[in-house]
Amino acid sequence: MIVVIDYNVGNVRSVCNAFRHIGCEATLSRDPKTIEQATGLVLPGVAAFGFAVNALGSLAGLVKEVATDGRPLLGICVGYQMLFETSSEYGRHKGLGLIGGDVVPIPQGRVIPHMGWNLVDLPEDMDLFAGLGNQKHFYFAHSFCAEPKDERTKIAYTDYGVELVASVQKANIYGTQFHPEKSGKAGLKVLQNFYNICKQNN
Amino acid sequence: MLTRRIIPCLDVKDNRVVKGVNFVNLRDAGDPVELGARYSDAGADELVFLDITATIRSRKTIVELVEKVAANVFIPFTVGGGIQSVEQMDELLRSGAEKVSVNTAAVDNPELLAEAAQKFGNQCVVLAIDARRSKDRTGHWQVCVKAGTEPTDKDVVEWAAKAEKLGAGEILLTSMDADGTKAGYDNELNKAVTDAVNIPVIASGGAGTLEHLYDAIVDGGADAVLMASITHFENYTITQMKEYLRDKGIPMNL
Repeated sequence: MIVVIDYNVGNVRSVCNAFRHIGCEATLSRDPKTIEQATGLVLPGVAAFGFAVNALGSLAGLVKEVATDGRPLLGICVGYQMLFETSSEYGRHKGLGLIGGDVVPIPQGRVIPHMGWNLVDLPEDMDLFAGLGNQKHFYFAHSFCAEPKDERTKIAYTDYGVELVASVQKANIYGTQFHPEKSGKAGLKVLQNFYNICKQNN
Repeated sequence: MLTRRIIPCLDVKDNRVVKGVNFVNLRDAGDPVELGARYSDAGADELVFLDITATIRSRKTIVELVEKVAANVFIPFTVGGGIQSVEQMDELLRSGAEKVSVNTAAVDNPELLAEAAQKFGNQCVVLAIDARRSKDRTGHWQVCVKAGTEPTDKDVVEWAAKAEKLGAGEILLTSMDADGTKAGYDNELNKAVTDAVNIPVIASGGAGTLEHLYDAIVDGGADAVLMASITHFENYTITQMKEYLRDKGIPMNL
């Protein structure tokens, strides 16, 4: 069973709706016992970074434990940014530190937030994108972006005048800056792939 | 490359989608949940739901509708109309909306934009502006509130720039003069605002032909184009709009 972590930020239900739509079992919960038993975790997020970290609170340790234990974890948008070490959105905040790197403002000189559908180059070695071909459009809505510095991180990029990281994978830890739950058919396929990854891992 | 967005707008009154001309003479256009799902399947990039009765009658916002839409629609959607507080925004976002738009409440209390941005991130905070061409000052527009019924002394371009600084992440810019006329967007207005801010601007009001969409993007500088009449009453499909724009060199998600 996939557990979508309910930590009092926007949009958590959309992720569950999307899983339900593709026939995948996903439970929305903040109960530590339920999270401990998950075959995979999703850390969603529509929030400012600092607010999200505070809202996650004591569940942060548990999320790290489950991920370190080898179970698949998918961070989405701010949930993805929280996988990194720090962010400078409205002050300086510490993330979960599961992937090396920091979250920094998107470079000036363009419309910010980066909002809308952008084309993502999909690396063949990322199983999150199995069956989606080389490129697909996904929906983004963010003003900050992650800069991974961990050499073991696989990376998918999108072009916004500068190259932005659209998705990462480090072993069993996955993240998407875009919103798969709001990216139409291609996004639902990403969630289906994550569900399959969880099943295979179990 | 980031694509330009096609955004059907669903004005909701008493749980029906309606569309009027210059904000009055409403005409029924269907069930909001069904129409939303249909647009999502048809390739719309995003949807906007505006509860057009909320401000006037001080009705509660449309949480139940948002829940139903969110269960069936897997593209982003914005909800607006009568939203007064960060608590109401939170409820709508938690119910499945991607973004919330505020108009009157932000004019009354501009700090609302800052509070919302700090809590949800500015990408969730849409400032809706209903703009009316000023009769006294050429090349200026007045901000109108309460569903367009009350003009204020705020200048649209100045307000847009101030709202960006406060924390608005996007501007939904409706020309009240052009709305529902199908005579084209007010691109002078669009250009004035897109030049003044560095956040995305959705052009709204006046779409009648495919060329109007192109003009709003190229002449108006709009990041997204919103329409209601021409798509609800099936003058054009979403695909027709996107193919037309793509063929004229605009990046689209097709």
